[in-house]
Amino acid sequence: MTRADGITAALSHLGRFDELAGANTPIARVDPRAKLVTTAAFLVTVASFGRLEVSALLPLGAYPLVLLALGDVPLGPIVWRMALVSPFAVLVGAFEPFLDRQPLGSLGPIVVTAGWASFASILLRFALSVSAALLLVATTGLDAAAAALAWFKVPKVLVVQLLFLYRYLFVLSEEVARSLRAHALRSPNHPSPRIRVAGSMLGQVLLRTLERAQRIHVAMACRGFAGQVRLRRPLRARLSDIAFVACWCTYFALCRVSNLPRLLGTAVFGVAG
Amino acid sequence: MHMSDALVSPSIAASMWVATAGASALSARALRRRPDDRRVPLMGVLGAFVFAAQLVNFAIPGTGSSGHLCGGVLLAILLGPSAALLVMASVLAVQALLFADGGLLALGCNIFNLGVLASFVAYPFVFAPIAGARPSRARLAVATVLSSVVALQLGSLAIVVETLLSRRASISLGTFLLLMQPIHLAIGVIEGLITTFLVLFIRNARPELAPGSREATVSGPWARRVGTGVLMATVVVAGALSWFASSAPDGLEWSLARASVGVPAEPEVPRGILARIGEATGLSPGEGPMNRGRPADAAGRAWPQVDPSVSFSGLAGAALTLALGGLLAAGLRGVRRGTRPASRP
Repeated sequence: MTRADGITAALSHLGRFDELAGANTPIARVDPRAKLVTTAAFLVTVASFGRLEVSALLPLGAYPLVLLALGDVPLGPIVWRMALVSPFAVLVGAFEPFLDRQPLGSLGPIVVTAGWASFASILLRFALSVSAALLLVATTGLDAAAAALAWFKVPKVLVVQLLFLYRYLFVLSEEVARSLRAHALRSPNHPSPRIRVAGSMLGQVLLRTLERAQRIHVAMACRGFAGQVRLRRPLRARLSDIAFVACWCTYFALCRVSNLPRLLGTAVFGVAG
Repeated sequence: MHMSDALVSPSIAASMWVATAGASALSARALRRRPDDRRVPLMGVLGAFVFAAQLVNFAIPGTGSSGHLCGGVLLAILLGPSAALLVMASVLAVQALLFADGGLLALGCNIFNLGVLASFVAYPFVFAPIAGARPSRARLAVATVLSSVVALQLGSLAIVVETLLSRRASISLGTFLLLMQPIHLAIGVIEGLITTFLVLFIRNARPELAPGSREATVSGPWARRVGTGVLMATVVVAGALSWFASSAPDGLEWSLARASVGVPAEPEVPRGILARIGEATGLSPGEGPMNRGRPADAAGRAWPQVDPSVSFSGLAGAALTLALGGLLAAGLRGVRRGTRPASRP
């Protein structure tokens, strides 16, 4: 598979995300503002745990799991994307077991060091925060998320920019994929272009991009655009949306102040023992 | 390279979000003051271009590795610093949301590292003074390469500082710097070269968009003021927050948790149960560092204490939690399937 084919495949995956957000599921029906606030609270909670925390982070997995299950999101694309992302965090985390060899606890005959706990903690944080962000988009869609951002007084120029970028992302990536395919067909011995070739290749794409911007501007002007983009998407908060935020935030707070798995462990095994 | 949610602490994430939001608000205001209806679509497609251009991995001569464009300096040269920052912010936001690059909490850090530093430090302090009002080809090339190198060096330095201040990883400053700075020097030179190619290409093809035509000269001093202001504000906010964080042994979060549950912070109930299990099984109970991170050790106890009973109940509870999570997801899926209309596949 050439690089160009890879890009085309990645784009079709990306397109599927938007289709998911269009589905009529209980999670998709939740107000985008409620999902945005809850996801932010979730991320702050995950990040607020200490360096060596592992078990107390686990109950927080309920949030992405519920979004996944009630949002009818297939597990495949989420896992695929999590595995694909260049994991800077995983790289830094992989040093941990070698740097911090303080014994922390024992697992039968094996002594668990602080480094391994820290590594596990970093991996868990990575999985939790990344899946929550991906699921937010998969159950909301970028258009609705942008409308929520505008409601939260994010500068309009930035919201419009986000929508424009998303709209033309597919168009320009296709254009880059076409250029790469043309290059691959003409120079089969060099799978990736050399820097000078890449320079003029990207230059051509940039030129076409600028011309496209001009055409878009003319088209917008024809339709009455005078410098102001009007965003209209009615947002309507229901009682269930407020309950959604309140319930999840309470749950996150509960997870933060008490180690639920340990309480569960002591409760179950305490009774048994 | 992107800062990650997994490595950032809330206090650092918050300070970087404040700095980024401030710089973005100033930029948005600056754009509102000079309205230009051609700019809206231009910013939009240039953002998409930077995104698409990052898909092109080109071979780096002599190394066998490959690199791609980051685009911060290119955007600043083509659009001016304020529009460039907003475009970069949108690119990074879409990367965080759709590609899981970085993360939403660390997005403030990433916009700062790759956007603010390029637009409001590298561009006004390095590019603008070297390039001047009407740069020659050579001057333009030198200015572009140098500002790209400075932008990437500052960006990777910022990642190091943010990671260390967050204290989520125990890697030391020296090792981290050695790992990050040299590789980003190489990446910066490559970034500079490819940006130079693009800028010169555009100068030949569309001279009206090239530097020296409009914003470069207009916005230099303004961007320098914003850059200085934002940097100073960031240092103050981050400094204050990390000072507050370091005054508590396990960071700001620890003290916040303590404040929210009230003193004592150590949970009394599980300890009681654990103590009973400990007595029953002959294992001595203790304070589990697994739960609290590095404890304050006010009583002078030796750290770490290996406590099998705590480890056991923690692990068993974790296994139970995972099993419950799986059941929850499977159950909810089942309920959804049951209620789903028959027409859907």
